[in-house]
Formats: sequence, structure tokens, C-alpha cells
Amino acid sequence: MTLEKGDAGIVVKQEEFVEQFSMFEDWSDKYEYIISLGKLLKPLSDRYKTDDNIIKGCQSKVWLHAEIHDGKLYFTADSDAIITKGLISMIVSVFSGHQPDEILSTDLTFIDKIGLTEHLSPTRSNGLLSMVKQIKFYALAYSAKA
Amino acid sequence: METSPATLAIDQVRSEFPILSEMINGQRLVYLDNAATSQKPMAVIDAISNYYKHSNSNVHRGVHSLSQTATSLFEEAREQTKEFISASSTDEIVFTKGTTDSVNLVAHSLGELMIEKGDEIIITLMEHHSNFVPWQHLAKHRGAKLTIVPFDVNGELSPEDIAKTINKKTKVIAITHASNTLGSVLDIKRICEIAHEKDVVVVVDGAQYIPHRKVDVTALDCDFYIFSAHKLFGPTGIGVLYGKKSLLDRLPPYQTGGGMISEVGLDETTFGRTPQLFEAGTPNIAGAIGMSQAMKYLNDLGYANLENQENRVFEYALNKLGSIDKLRIIGNPVDRVPLISFVVDGVHPFDIGSLLDQMGIAVRTGHHCTQPIMQHYDIPGTVRASFAFYNTEEEAHILYEGIIKSLKLLS
Repeated sequence: MTLEKGDAGIVVKQEEFVEQFSMFEDWSDKYEYIISLGKLLKPLSDRYKTDDNIIKGCQSKVWLHAEIHDGKLYFTADSDAIITKGLISMIVSVFSGHQPDEILSTDLTFIDKIGLTEHLSPTRSNGLLSMVKQIKFYALAYSAKA
Repeated sequence: METSPATLAIDQVRSEFPILSEMINGQRLVYLDNAATSQKPMAVIDAISNYYKHSNSNVHRGVHSLSQTATSLFEEAREQTKEFISASSTDEIVFTKGTTDSVNLVAHSLGELMIEKGDEIIITLMEHHSNFVPWQHLAKHRGAKLTIVPFDVNGELSPEDIAKTINKKTKVIAITHASNTLGSVLDIKRICEIAHEKDVVVVVDGAQYIPHRKVDVTALDCDFYIFSAHKLFGPTGIGVLYGKKSLLDRLPPYQTGGGMISEVGLDETTFGRTPQLFEAGTPNIAGAIGMSQAMKYLNDLGYANLENQENRVFEYALNKLGSIDKLRIIGNPVDRVPLISFVVDGVHPFDIGSLLDQMGIAVRTGHHCTQPIMQHYDIPGTVRASFAFYNTEEEAHILYEGIIKSLKLLS
């Protein structure tokens, strides 16, 4: 796939996060950054905070909304917990603005590489793993339509 | 004359629990999730291991020596359990998978025995889901009415609150001895007196109480008393249903199959007697042996001594956490087991729990399987720190500092 100038691919965006996190010396720097991303994430409009968009984790709620424009998928998301919000902010920025095929064919690797694997564990109950699955599901649904 | 409680040799006690020396995220584990499950002393781990190494065989079936050894160990565990809770006979001790299994057994079999359309079952708003859902399910199934007794702002519930809800239709009260979320201890002895005046059966969920205080079912005079081994420093997958023999003798079985029959014919099967009647299938033999070791361990330690240690650490933790700005402790009962549920205004419990985990501090966050309590306080969940006798003031202090640090990061 050819990328337009300034439109970094999913792989590149993930590498940028890995580089960013490599500068942090300890866990509190890392979490401080995630929390700041969570605070920066624009709250999802109430009209998208519907039961259809909710991804129920056991503890923190996650909402995910998807739209397609000119063949590219755009995601917006929100959570009631700030750390979850920071994590989904990164995941959404990685996958948003890409064609369904690219989303489907690219693995999510950066969470692992920056040492936050535990947040994607099925037992973590923060809805993150389900959110990633839902992103892939949207991509699959739209790629079938295309 | 009662002797005053001795101070536990805490370093010695802690060294008997190998997991307490584990490192979590580069820090020494501070385990404050004891209300979810407790850690196990070497005595319990060794007993289970030795059973599998030297005595493993099926019980109540074989003529061979090993089977007889296993049967003896299993039945000694029953004897130990009987002594531990001061029951009158081993016939009153049924081994189950745990608290949930015990409640389901009683709800199912009592339901069959005595619950009819229009009858009433009383539970409280502070029940764990495991002592809530089975009764709700039974009531729906039988056309009975489920009465849910609320608690006050401190998380307290008096025997009089229960008395007010009893009427001619009331058949059963299913009630916790100590709340897993609020810590409240209920006056079960008095509740049993009130209930028995009206011929109402009392089922007590003792899962959160028995790890902290001595239980005497004869003194309480409850009809059923239920708990899990894993919260009592024993293994998972084994628990107890104590029932008065007069009631167990009338109760129909819950599950059927091997081990609980008298004779099986092609058309008809006659059943055995309690407790085997309620223990269909091969039981958790190693579990029962491990649990009885945990009971021995607690007897040797002495409940008065462990309570003394717990109270000291808990008082310290309550004072420290209570001094944190914007931190609200949920529930303030006078008589309580050592756990603290709290929320911090504007902060999600999950965020605090995640950061504490980075510091090696294990707490529980969420609704603690008590969603009705969360709805009552209109909160999504709490952070819960729950203590056991092996916890120290130093650990309570690490928790306090961990919360301060978390709140600073989250602010």
C-alpha cells in the first residue's frame, strides 16, 4: 500500500509510540504520560455513548464509535476510567484514518512493546481487548461492503 | 480464666506463607485482597502435596489399604471441621465446592422441601451475589416472594430490621455473617432467636466472618452455616455446608449419582444418608485434607491472637486512609471485619487499583459481586483493601502512601 505524504501507516504510528515510551525511566513516568493522554482525549459526544457502542468490561466502561469517510475508517472512543482512556486514545490514534484492509492486516504490537501487555489480557477486565476486537470487526464489516 | 491475647511473632508467621515474599512489578508483594482469597501456609501446601505423594486413592469404595488411608484422612477432615465450628455431629458437615455451591445446595433442596407459591424468603441488600442470586432464582421458580432488607447509612442492619419483615408466610432467612463489601458484622445469634420464634429457617453465609472470628454454630443456633476453605487459608474448590441434623435428614438431595445412593435399581434408586447424600461423585479429597490443615493451623495460632494482630493493623489503616482528602470510606459499622471499601471523588476505582498494582499492592476494585450495594450508594465500584492476620502496619502504611502517590498521578 502506498501512503500519502504525512499520512503515516499503522506500523509507523505504532513505532512512534514505542520510541516515545523508550524515553521513560520508570513506571510512574509511563503512567503519567498515559494519564495525560487520557485527559487530552476529547470526550465522546453523548449521542454516541449509546448501548450499541458500549464495550462492557467488568470494571471500566468503554464506548467506541466508528465512521467511514472516503473509504477510510475513523474511530472515536471514551471511557469512565482515565488510564483506560489514555490507552484507548493511543489505540484509536493508531487505527483511525486507515482503510479497512490495512486495519485488518496489521497487528497491534506496540502495547506489548511498551510493556503494557497486562492491560490487553482477557482477565484485565478493562474492556480494552474487546475494543481491539471491535475495531477489527468494524474493519471486516466495511471491507466486506467495499 | 481467659488469657489476654499474645502478640503474634509476625515475622515467623509471614515466613510460613511463601507467597508473601514474592516480588510484583519489582516490589515486594503487599497482599490486601484477602476477602477475595487468602494465602496458604506451608502446612496446607505440604498436606495437599503429601496426600498426592503418599495417600491418593478414592474414598468410601476400596478394600485396599490405600483407599482406607484416604478414607480415614477424609473423614478425619470432617471430624476436624465439626470440632472447628462446634457442630454436634460429623453428620452435620457436608463438603461442597465452596460457599456458592453450598448456598445453591440449600436453596435447591430447601426449596423442594418447603417453599411453595406465596411463601416468603428474606435476604439482605448486603448479600454477596452468591447468597443473593440463588434465592432470587428460587423465588422466581417457585412463585415465592423475595424480601430484601436494606441497611442504614453506616452499613448496619439490626436484628429488629429483620424481625419487622417476618410474617406468617416467611420460611427462610438467608443472611451474611459479615459483609464482603462493607465489613459489617451482623448479630446472627439474635437473628436466629427471632427467626426460630416464628419457625423460620436461618441460612448463614459465613465466608467473610470465619477467617477473622471463631464460629460456634451450636451457640449461634443457626440452621445452616456456610463457608469456603480458600478464604480460610485453605485450598480452592472445597467448602462446607453445616446443617442441623434434624434438617439435613429431611432435605432431598441436590445432585445425584455415585457415592450418595443406598441401592440402585432399573426403575428406582434409594438414597443414602447425610452427609454422603449431598456429596455425589468423587469429592475433593485433597481439598478437604488441606482445609482441615488450615483449621489446625488457625487453632494453633489462636483466634484471639490473630484478631489482636488484625485489629491493630486495621485501626491503623482506617485512621490513615480516613485522613486522605476526598477519600470516602463506604460503610462505617461499629462491629466489622478488617476490610476497607473506599471511593475517591472524581477518580475511577480501576485507575487507583491499576497504579497500586504497579507498586506491588494487591487490592480489589469493582463491584465485589455486590451490585445492589453499589446501586444503593450510586457508585460504579470501590477500591477494597482487605486484611488478614499476616498483614502488618508497615503494609498498611505502604497502602496509604500508594494511594497518595496514585492520587497525585491522577490529579
